[in-house]
Amino acid sequence: MQNHSDNGSVKTTGWMSSTIGRKQLVGVTGLGLSGFVLTHMLGNMLILVGPQAYNQYAHALVTNPFIYIAEAGLIAMFLAHMFIALRLSWSNWNARDFKYAMRPSGAKRTTFTQRSLWAQGLLILAFTILHLITFKYGPNYTANYGGIEMRDLHKLVIEVFQEPVYVAWYIVALIVLGFHLSHGVGSSLQTLGIHHIRYQRHFKTVSIVYALIVTVGFLSQPIYVYFLRG
Amino acid sequence: MSDKKMNLNLKVWRQAGPQAKGHFQEIQATDVSEHMSFLEMLDVVNDNLVRKGEETIEFDHDCREGICGSCAMVINGNPHGPDRATTTCQLHMRRFKDGESITIEPFRAKSFPILKDLVTDRSAFDRIQKAGGYISANTGSAQDANNIPVPKKKADLAFASATCIGCGACVAACKNASAALFVSAKISHLALLPQGEAERSERALGMVAQMDAEGFGACTNTGACSASCPVEISLENIARMNREFMFASLKKK
Repeated sequence: MQNHSDNGSVKTTGWMSSTIGRKQLVGVTGLGLSGFVLTHMLGNMLILVGPQAYNQYAHALVTNPFIYIAEAGLIAMFLAHMFIALRLSWSNWNARDFKYAMRPSGAKRTTFTQRSLWAQGLLILAFTILHLITFKYGPNYTANYGGIEMRDLHKLVIEVFQEPVYVAWYIVALIVLGFHLSHGVGSSLQTLGIHHIRYQRHFKTVSIVYALIVTVGFLSQPIYVYFLRG
Repeated sequence: MSDKKMNLNLKVWRQAGPQAKGHFQEIQATDVSEHMSFLEMLDVVNDNLVRKGEETIEFDHDCREGICGSCAMVINGNPHGPDRATTTCQLHMRRFKDGESITIEPFRAKSFPILKDLVTDRSAFDRIQKAGGYISANTGSAQDANNIPVPKKKADLAFASATCIGCGACVAACKNASAALFVSAKISHLALLPQGEAERSERALGMVAQMDAEGFGACTNTGACSASCPVEISLENIARMNREFMFASLKKK
């Protein structure tokens, strides 16, 4: 048979070089990043508590020796997720050399969210870079609580979100992140082979609810600052 | 039975050969009975083309009862037309309105090269099938069927996967031209049965490797494939294939 090599075994491919293996890497890193955005959102909710709680939480994070491991892991997940997904998108695009004249309709159609995942990813990349420049590498205000000097991130956040352009850009980017998550969380489970006839519709619901919690939680912060702390 | 006649404005993909540049041709279909199947409508159109001395529209067809999977075409953007769980031969003209414009295209995927007009070469599916979609049975008389007990629920699941007719609508519907639904149905129907157990890992590895080698895209889990599938193969199969392939890759020696 033409697909068998000489020794009689079937031609196979490595996990990392197969489309399924690559999708599974995108899924695992995606789920990792989904976990990160949830904890990031929850931590930032301290903005509603007050400057001291917010700054001390940030201080506790950056002074933890494990921060470098965590950051390295995050960067690795982010880059792997992005590069593998973009590479897959490119080969997916090339798998159809001539496009249809008409789009499918009804149940056979795909949603705009599903077709634009790569673009959402690029927007989230741009957002992340600008976000790091604005905050992590932004102006260094200091605060002092009980003799411990630390960065006054709270002051910076309040300052940044007085600017309507910033608030608008954050709202747009976070809504895009929400759509990305609403597809991604559920899709990752399916890609990793987690599918059960009884729970399947709940997986979809969980994916959407997860995206809503992260997005609404994050959005509440610039909106709170702009309208109530102005 | 009343027989309403209708006139339709067809926009059909015409392509002289594999290397030729294709284009849409506008053809009027007149006096089409609402009881005709979509293929019968094309037969009438072709009959008129023959009478006018023009070249007929080439399209694949065989059983015309929804089980062979030959009649591959995309109708107004939808593989096998607008209905679910339907092949083109089972689609009736009463589904369309008098005076309607209908765009008819071939299944489009790099791995399904166009041979002529609406006819595509879907032998990529055969090559995937050959890469592990079988069991190696010893010769000799068949053993008693009850020697290998199969629970009813498992048998039903395997049977549901085995109903895949290999038409390729999943590839045609997928935004990535992915063959995941087809390959997963073929992997599943044997993986679920004790007869398929022995070659389970090899099958998953071989068929997935061939699927990738053929140049099909990856799966984005949109579900357009299952919605376009004439036998409604479930997305559960794709998850099973992903599991099978993941564990087979881990266990590979």
